[in-house]
Amino acid sequence: MIRRALLALLIALSGAVAVAREAPPAAEDPALEARLHALSTELRCLVCQNETLAESRAPLANDLRREIRDMMRAGKSDREITQFLVSRYGDFVLYRPPVKSTTVALWVGPFVLLGLGVAGWFVVLRRRARRIAVQPLTAEDRGLAQALLGSDTARKTP
Amino acid sequence: MNRFVIPLLVFVVLVGFLFVGLRLHPREVPSPLIDKPAPAFQLSQLQAPEKSFGLADMKGKVWLLNVWASWCVSCRDEHPFLMELAKEGTVPIVGLNYKDQQQDAVQWLARFGNPYQQSVVDADGRTGINFGVYGVPETFLIDRDGVIRYKQIGPLTREAWQQTLLPLVKKLSA
Repeated sequence: MIRRALLALLIALSGAVAVAREAPPAAEDPALEARLHALSTELRCLVCQNETLAESRAPLANDLRREIRDMMRAGKSDREITQFLVSRYGDFVLYRPPVKSTTVALWVGPFVLLGLGVAGWFVVLRRRARRIAVQPLTAEDRGLAQALLGSDTARKTP
Repeated sequence: MNRFVIPLLVFVVLVGFLFVGLRLHPREVPSPLIDKPAPAFQLSQLQAPEKSFGLADMKGKVWLLNVWASWCVSCRDEHPFLMELAKEGTVPIVGLNYKDQQQDAVQWLARFGNPYQQSVVDADGRTGINFGVYGVPETFLIDRDGVIRYKQIGPLTREAWQQTLLPLVKKLSA
């Protein structure tokens, strides 16, 4: 009896724990959180530079998410919010920096490298094709081939 | 012959890139605020919370804004130099006490010495964000018109002061 009561209590408590864990997101505005998440995956955390603002647990990332949340509540557009961050931290916060004179190498560089690679590949292929050009058979080779293949092939050839 | 020359050239270029890469400081993100007016602030004073202090109070002076916190380890490294600088008195130093506990900050200053003409409290880090602070300590050199002229990321050292900041200070004070 006691055991059953304890079990019931345990189940009830585990239920309470589960509810407690899921409560916080529901209390906030889910649409705003979704928008915050979408925007902050495009932004770089300055403390741990290879993490997005959405993933980072750095205190600054927390503060910046709070700022973004406040600005969203105040009705600012995503563009205005990114502008706010860029004016303070520079283009570095953007995972997709704008095309500028300073970022041209970043945007065009990979394609230039790809072009160079393809050009090199063509050169190699061409050289190889030249090296394995078709060589006509000499009479001696032909005779040898016929001997190997047997008399019926020899009869058919004119 | 060609078989060796091309891979060797590629290798040399690669080593060149890596060598340059070793000398870069990716942690030091150039601030877009250089040569822009410093963001205005009006914050309560650390030592006298009932009084406030703001950017406008430093108008007409060439000064340093040093972002610090008692929890910041590098600030401890930087601190002796700031004390020397304060003693020399070339420029006034204003402290921005960033995301700190008031009591801890006051104790920290009492224990190690106070190089600041004034420290203001940025408890929630909002002023820090306006200044583009991402790692403490950071130091801003601000001119007479309240324009940011230089930003030192990480501890301010004697070397950085002599080589970069002092010539700038002299130029701005002239």
